[in-house]
Amino acid sequence: MQRYDVLVIGGGHAGVEAACAAARMGARSALISFDLGAVGAMSCNPAIGGLGKGHLVREVDALDGVLGRAADAGAIHYRMLNRSKGSAVWGPRVQADRVLFKAEVQRLVQAQANLDLVEGEAAALALRGGRVAGVEFADGAILEAPRVILCTGTFLGGVLFRGEERFEGGRVGENAATRLAEQLRAAELPMARLKTGTPPRLDGRSIDWASLPEQPSDDENWTMSALSERRVNPQVFCAITRTTLEAHDVIRDNFHRSPLFSGAIDAAGPRYCPSIEDKIHRFGDRDGHQVFLEPEGLDTHLVYPNGISTSLPVDVQRAVVRSMPGLDRAEIVEPGYAVEYDHIDPRALTPDLQLRAIPGLYCAGQINGTTGYEEAAAQGLVAGLAAGGEAMGRAPPKLDRANSYIAVMVDDLTLQGVSEPYRMLTSRAEYRLRLRANNASSRLTALGIAAGCVSEERRRWYERREELRARFIAGFEREVGAKDLVDHGLKVRRDGGQKRIEEWLRHDGIDLTVLQPWIGENVDQDLELAQEMAEDAVYAPYLARQDAELQDLRASEGLALAPDFPYAQVPGLSNEMVERLSDASPPTLAAAGRVSGVTPAALAALLVHARRREAEKADSAPKAA
Amino acid sequence: MTSARDGGSTIVALSSGAPPAAIGVIRVSGPKAKGAARALVGRLLEPRRATLARLRDADGALLDEALVLWFPGPRSATGEDLLELHCHGGRAVVDAVHRALVALPGLRSAEAGEFTRRAFANGRMDLAQAEGLADLLAAETELQRSTALASAQGQLSGQIGEWREAVLKLSAQVEAALDFSDEDDVEELPEGFTKSLEELGRALGNWLSRARAEKLGEGFRVALAGPPNAGKSSLFNALVESEAAITSPIAGTTRDAIERNVSINGIPLSFVDTAGLRSDSEDAIEQVGIDRAKSELDRADRVLWLGPEGEGPRDAWEIASRSDAADFEPKAGARFKVSAKTGEGVSELKVALVKAAGGTLPKPGEAALNARQHHLLSEAHTALCAASDSTDLLIVGEELRTVRLAFDRLVGRTTTEDMLDALFGRFCIGK
Ligand SMILES: Cc1cc2nc3c(=O)[nH]c(=O)nc-3n(C[C@H](O)[C@H](O)[C@H](O)COP(=O)(O)OP(=O)(O)OC[C@H]3O[C@@H](n4cnc5c(N)ncnc54)[C@H](O)[C@@H]3O)c2cc1C
Ligand SMILES: Nc1nc2c(ncn2[C@@H]2O[C@H](COP(=O)(O)OP(=O)(O)OP(=O)(O)O)[C@@H](O)[C@H]2O)c(=O)[nH]1
Ligand SMILES: [Mg+2]
Repeated sequence: MQRYDVLVIGGGHAGVEAACAAARMGARSALISFDLGAVGAMSCNPAIGGLGKGHLVREVDALDGVLGRAADAGAIHYRMLNRSKGSAVWGPRVQADRVLFKAEVQRLVQAQANLDLVEGEAAALALRGGRVAGVEFADGAILEAPRVILCTGTFLGGVLFRGEERFEGGRVGENAATRLAEQLRAAELPMARLKTGTPPRLDGRSIDWASLPEQPSDDENWTMSALSERRVNPQVFCAITRTTLEAHDVIRDNFHRSPLFSGAIDAAGPRYCPSIEDKIHRFGDRDGHQVFLEPEGLDTHLVYPNGISTSLPVDVQRAVVRSMPGLDRAEIVEPGYAVEYDHIDPRALTPDLQLRAIPGLYCAGQINGTTGYEEAAAQGLVAGLAAGGEAMGRAPPKLDRANSYIAVMVDDLTLQGVSEPYRMLTSRAEYRLRLRANNASSRLTALGIAAGCVSEERRRWYERREELRARFIAGFEREVGAKDLVDHGLKVRRDGGQKRIEEWLRHDGIDLTVLQPWIGENVDQDLELAQEMAEDAVYAPYLARQDAELQDLRASEGLALAPDFPYAQVPGLSNEMVERLSDASPPTLAAAGRVSGVTPAALAALLVHARRREAEKADSAPKAA
Repeated sequence: MTSARDGGSTIVALSSGAPPAAIGVIRVSGPKAKGAARALVGRLLEPRRATLARLRDADGALLDEALVLWFPGPRSATGEDLLELHCHGGRAVVDAVHRALVALPGLRSAEAGEFTRRAFANGRMDLAQAEGLADLLAAETELQRSTALASAQGQLSGQIGEWREAVLKLSAQVEAALDFSDEDDVEELPEGFTKSLEELGRALGNWLSRARAEKLGEGFRVALAGPPNAGKSSLFNALVESEAAITSPIAGTTRDAIERNVSINGIPLSFVDTAGLRSDSEDAIEQVGIDRAKSELDRADRVLWLGPEGEGPRDAWEIASRSDAADFEPKAGARFKVSAKTGEGVSELKVALVKAAGGTLPKPGEAALNARQHHLLSEAHTALCAASDSTDLLIVGEELRTVRLAFDRLVGRTTTEDMLDALFGRFCIGK
């Protein structure tokens, strides 16, 4: 019988990253999925990145994950969202050719050392003494491993809705893993239901492209992964259309046929990415909503109309689509639908995504109540690094809210839980100014190298970059006088004195380009590193201010709250607060402060109580001789 | 070692003033308070009702006949079981009851501020309220008391709560513009945004321009100044109604500045007598006194100028002194004509000073800011102004976050232990 250190169930984005990360840490790992040909499939919109999500892609990449490289391999359209705002909220996004993307994922997975691929349905977990011992297949075979990572997506109790129709299964054409679901339910894990949806797919040949405004791929040369040297595929156009009042009327007339309003689905859907019927229901006064028509690939005519996810019956979907400009003769190839599925309350997880109730069992991806490929991939990475690290007796990179969106997400999930599918947003990150998509490598790659999860190729790339940085710093530290700048036609006050380039960059209207004469050949302006360092200079005063705050935070992170901390015994905590804290089981006082609904007074009470317990423990401990 | 400050043990203290007094209130808080009641009173008490009872020590000796109140936690001032014994206020009785209590197993004398610290830890009050209480206990004048009371009753916390709501709303608008503008066609910042931001900034500015709580403790500072022998010390004595300063016909009598605090109609005033100002002093000590006098004039909220007209500091009140004396020199622009000897004009001067002081001190019943609160609030104010000035939404968002943090600290979120120790250390035992 085969024995592994880490088994990963599910070949979606979470599973792929989890398996590769565990293997990169050196653990003997295997990836189990229904259909190995489907590994790396994009279930829905073939787009990677976006606001907040682009940060996750870059961070996963910085720790040598798969997602960024696969995105570049499939990319047929690049766009930097939020370009008009400050760089900390830029959102790199690509549309990918499904086939190319999946092929690259599979190539990387197959090339990964320490990783086996196993096809089959994981029917149940093998448990021994309350711990995970392996995975049992539908045909009765068992693989043994002390650690299993569940990345089964919506496949737990998934039910599909389209108008009056119902299907069981996570995605059209696949089974729902109901046996595994039953087993988890039997373990009395806290579970809840959520829903999500997808729009109908259109035949691009039936769209009147010429009548619609085009949105081209941007003409820069950034890539999703730091290791991708350039853009490899031909780039395609998207087009923009809008829903019309006529479409809204059709939808309104058919509210009663939508499972969302008929009561068939009562699980919460994503507020941030609502179905079109939700949009009309909640923002009835709007005269139209933007819809992006995104080609799904180079060798397919399928077009993804982004913005009209729906579970209305097929005839209504057709009427809605055809009422939009440019789509009056559009053909639906695959109608949209909604999925309702089970997820685990992520507050049952530790910060390394292990279930407290079943040691050795990790969960990552949509099963934890998130939505999106990037969110799934990032969790897969965290669970894979933790499980792999544990197997090898090595610590994974230490991620926290001040160094990554990944940690922001995991912290939010495990402390707050979810009430709707969780999607990354930049506003979730309080230290946003230091967490830019374009400085992910600077933030994380060194941590990855130290933890041992980064390949030789990336390590060399990073080291070259650090050498470059040392040279650039010399350029940024050079001093220039205000008079000198004024003489070159720059608008600064003549009496501004001598300042370092770094400081001049904080002035309005002064950037690297205009400072070129003084920076000289020290800094290679075209390189992203130079841009990144210029942004660092601009934000430096704010980061300095945050440093004091972070010191406070780290101090209260030093006060540990045991998993069995008796919240009920702390005087002054309301029953509701006791419940929230017990559910979230915050590992530290700082984390407790982030549990929603916990008041300042409650926190003070906790502090006092925790200190007293510490003191009592120290008291009763036998004195050292 | 178990820190004595922390909850868990049962604490005892006299919470009224020091004996002898008409009545001595002894409070017992903690899990053993109920047992203490049974031990001293001999029976169970009805919650929240005053009962007359005989208190006996362990040997059965009668200690006192007292009014006893029993407040089961968490609905008590400390949030714990709380016993209150209203004894006869003589020192012997109070000491005996206190001794009998701390002799019970698990009971001990409270440390300074421990009762309030427990109330805070148990969520019975927030930091701003606790601070109000600390100020209250240190209050000397009526005005100080009513202002501290306003804070203790949550006026400041309530106001911060409102501001916090307003900032959250503004933050949400910024975040929506940052996170959603490129997706569906979410509008950029709503129209009234800048206006709301500025309004909030002004509201904070108004609070900041209010007098500070310390001002109440220090009092409105009035310095008397003028050349030697102008009659400063005599007027000073008349104003403070005591012979605090030495007066004599010798020029240069007063060397060092003398300060006396008085409260008139509840308004705290602090009078400062200074050395006579002259430029030709050859006496080194007198010269030091003159330098000191000059710095007192800078520090004062109001200077009474007893010298030649127009030669005093700006904004000083011109006083024509020694109005009864034969060699009296009237001043054309004198605000007051006074005589320390006959008392002429002195009470009018006092009334005018009280009025001037009242305008610069917090209004009765209006919460005032202490130094810590003032510091945090101005941090919030600065950040709000910076947010108004910036066109970069990211920076606006960051500044608003700073504002929220400052508000959180004001009411006690992110409280560090040092801060708590410093605050509760200001309490006297039993509060
Ligand atoms: C209808 C729909 C529309 C969506 N729209 C979008 C969108 O527009 N944009 C976006 O970013 N995200 C969208 N999502 C969400 C996104 O698809 C998921 O969040 C993400 O793919 C989750 O990744 P995952 O790895 O957790 O799960 P999945 O990608 O779902 O992968 C689960 C994997 O587990 C395997 N599996 C499950 N059970 C077993 C078992 N018992 N044994 C063996 N293998 C098993 C499956 O075969 C599959 O490979 C949508 C999801 C759905 C369902
Ligand atoms: N008749 C009369 N004499 C006064 C009055 N005030 C002060 N004097 C006299 O004036 C002399 C000086 O008074 P002080 O009060 O010591 O004067 P001062 O300004 O403090 O003097 P220095 O401390 O030396 O600067 C004393 O002899 C007082 O008795 C007054 O109102 N009426
Ligand atoms: Mg004098």
